[in-house]
Amino acid sequence: MRVSRGQRLWWFIRRHHTGLTVWLAAALLALVPLVVRNPYQLGLLNLIGIYAVAVLGLNLFIGYAGQISLGHAGFFGLGAYGSALLTVHGWLPPWPALLVTAALMAGAALLLGIPTLRLHGHYLAMATLGFNYIVHLILVQWDQVTGGPSGISGIPPLQVAGFAFDHEARFFYLVWGVVLIGVTLCLNLMRSGVGRGLAALAQDEVAAATLGVNVRREKVRVFVLSAVFASVAGSLYAHYYSYVNPDGFGIFKSLDLVIMVVVGGLGSVWGTLLGVTFVTLLPYYLEFLEAFFDLIHGLILVLILMFLPQGLVTGLWDHLRLAWAKRRLAAKGGTS
Amino acid sequence: MTLREGPLLLDLQRLSKNFGGVPALAEVSFPIFRGTVTALIGPNGAGKTTLINCLTGVVQPEGGRILFQGRELTGLPPHEIAALGIARTFQNLRLFPRLSVLDNVLLGLTSQAGSSLGEALLRTPRLRHRERRLKLAALEALDAFGLGGKADWPAGILPYGDKKRLEMARVFVSQPALALLDEPVAGLNSQETAEVAGLIRQLRRQGRTLLVVEHDMELVMGVSDLVVVLDGGRRIAMGTPEEVQRDPRVLEAYLGRMSVTA
Repeated sequence: MRVSRGQRLWWFIRRHHTGLTVWLAAALLALVPLVVRNPYQLGLLNLIGIYAVAVLGLNLFIGYAGQISLGHAGFFGLGAYGSALLTVHGWLPPWPALLVTAALMAGAALLLGIPTLRLHGHYLAMATLGFNYIVHLILVQWDQVTGGPSGISGIPPLQVAGFAFDHEARFFYLVWGVVLIGVTLCLNLMRSGVGRGLAALAQDEVAAATLGVNVRREKVRVFVLSAVFASVAGSLYAHYYSYVNPDGFGIFKSLDLVIMVVVGGLGSVWGTLLGVTFVTLLPYYLEFLEAFFDLIHGLILVLILMFLPQGLVTGLWDHLRLAWAKRRLAAKGGTS
Repeated sequence: MTLREGPLLLDLQRLSKNFGGVPALAEVSFPIFRGTVTALIGPNGAGKTTLINCLTGVVQPEGGRILFQGRELTGLPPHEIAALGIARTFQNLRLFPRLSVLDNVLLGLTSQAGSSLGEALLRTPRLRHRERRLKLAALEALDAFGLGGKADWPAGILPYGDKKRLEMARVFVSQPALALLDEPVAGLNSQETAEVAGLIRQLRRQGRTLLVVEHDMELVMGVSDLVVVLDGGRRIAMGTPEEVQRDPRVLEAYLGRMSVTA
């Protein structure tokens, strides 16, 4: 049987579609600073990129593994302060500081995760919320170290061989490069046995365990992984703005991160980018409603969870998949 | 007919379990021989599912021992027991409805899929190679259980009979040393029941070892080498299907009522 060139191309695309999508996204993103010249708009896109790194990790924990955390702004904040402290005092250059901070956050998440991940639902939510509350309190109160409410300024930018990522277009490539690496890691994880185990324990822990999934260990591992993502995002934040204060790392920021996950769709990697963009840009388009933001965010969360419990993107995708499967069933004439 | 005995695979010794002071299992002992089908029967509440839950580590027994290939199973967590080659189905199907049919079967191969997080994040060539091999095995299992062509469907939308078969495929894809089937024909019509009976006989011919918990007497008597009868948490009889059917205690506790309704 002869195989046409078109058919071969089609097979290639089907087989490598995940990787090709990432490369396509990379190519499109590379063009953005050439088109968007406005530093204010680029700045917004950079902020979206920073949050996207944190929310990718959080979506693994909440969306994919089915747990809940209302404390990830804590890891985000500790990541930012870690990088800030290590570099402002000249103890470490920015990149090693980022890595050391991430390693410290992994340790912190391990210590926090081992006792709290025995908890479920509301209890886990409360425990992680408590963690974030304590972190925020320390950032505000321990002013000899953290600078208190006024924070830390003069944080140097990240640089590679003398090339500093110190203005909007340069930082754009850095942060979105990190986002794409994060996306790739998440997509890889989901296509592995470890990822299947996480998706399984999200739906039925007993069944997952009897199939060989070490439920407790997997939960702790994905929690640690998500904390590392949040910490890296925090480091990027600190080096980009060269200034940190406790305001951006309170429990309401944690809630915002959860809303980004839910809008993007539980367990949806590409949806995450959409969710982060939507929630980050919303205040800029609804400035006249500033006084009601918490209300609006709450309303979005409640509406999505009521009508699409799997989140916006994943929920709609599930509906589509179901419709397709049903149509195929009908086409077969019910021979199942 | 005498009992066909092969080498001992699993030995239950005086297994006991109470729920709130009520004995669910009271010193239950019986052997499972390699390459045979053992049936566990008894009226509702006899302790059959509790026994399977003890075997798979889902609940911990309070007394007694479970020796599997000479190794003590009591105290081990479920995932370690699974890694030793014991797989099960559940009385009320426990599939992952939002995952694809293929992923459900692949989860039956969890112990072989590797648990390194770094390898998974980086998708190393070794992992890719292994995933291809596992996927092939999973697709073969789907074909063998009549689910070929439905690999990418969400498991939740399958008709009930297909779901039952999917759970069986998930068990046997890993070629387990011991398969525990909790009511494999519950809710199936007589034609589907006959299919499952055929499957069980075929698996036995392939040398598999099965423990089947079942209410359907015709199925039990047709496929089993050894029948163990529980009532109120106690083992009241054990033997070949013929011996058990003649046992007056069994007739009183169980078959008596069945034969009236049959």
